[in-house]
Amino acid sequence: MHPTVVMSNHVHVYVSQAHKGELVMGAGVDSYNGYGQRGSFHLIERQMAAALELFPVFARAHVLRTWGGIVDVTPDASPIIGPTPVGNLFLNCGWGTGGFKATPASGWVYAHAIATGEPHPLAEAFTLERFTTGALIDEHGAAAVAH
Amino acid sequence: MLLIACPWCGEREELEFHYGGQAHVAHPAEPEGLSDSQWGEYLFVRDNPKGPFAERWSHSAGCRRWFNVVRHTVTHEILAVYPAGQPKPVILP
Repeated sequence: MHPTVVMSNHVHVYVSQAHKGELVMGAGVDSYNGYGQRGSFHLIERQMAAALELFPVFARAHVLRTWGGIVDVTPDASPIIGPTPVGNLFLNCGWGTGGFKATPASGWVYAHAIATGEPHPLAEAFTLERFTTGALIDEHGAAAVAH
Repeated sequence: MLLIACPWCGEREELEFHYGGQAHVAHPAEPEGLSDSQWGEYLFVRDNPKGPFAERWSHSAGCRRWFNVVRHTVTHEILAVYPAGQPKPVILP
């Protein structure tokens, strides 16, 4: 029924259909710190409402299961990649709800940081230092769906 | 869904509130005397405990007032609600 991934930034939906027919979607993040890994009911409800906005026919489907994890988010919502003031401690974290598609590139620049001790030129702006210099990265929502 | 007891309006659903992060982060007395890294600490570095956490909430879709909550970050149980400016209550484990 659904030959491709469909994404809508307007209603915050991305949905793909698994081979068994189930529809797979990703929802949002709680606004507060938490280790519960449960998934808030109102976020699930909002996700369903958004999906129905895009595909009213989904109203015939049932929620089979939901999954929740821990989302590591930085103050400017961009990842931290590179060396730290602690020798031989390197960071590659803070990817928020993004990251999968960036994995090859982040692995490449992270390996450079570990091998040389210096951030890769492509990732220079993404070091921990930006929270001291104030050169934050204004890319909140740069992923195709807003967060 | 959290059920948060606003000190002025009573229990309301989490959707009526706006989260304000860690409570009791005092503005530096002499900001001009701080180094860049000290100022960065004040702006960005916060506790992130697994357990009771004192945090700020605003009843943004209600009375719009700010107050503090102690919430357990694993169970999401709300252990205390108290007005801003009051000391953090002692929560026994």
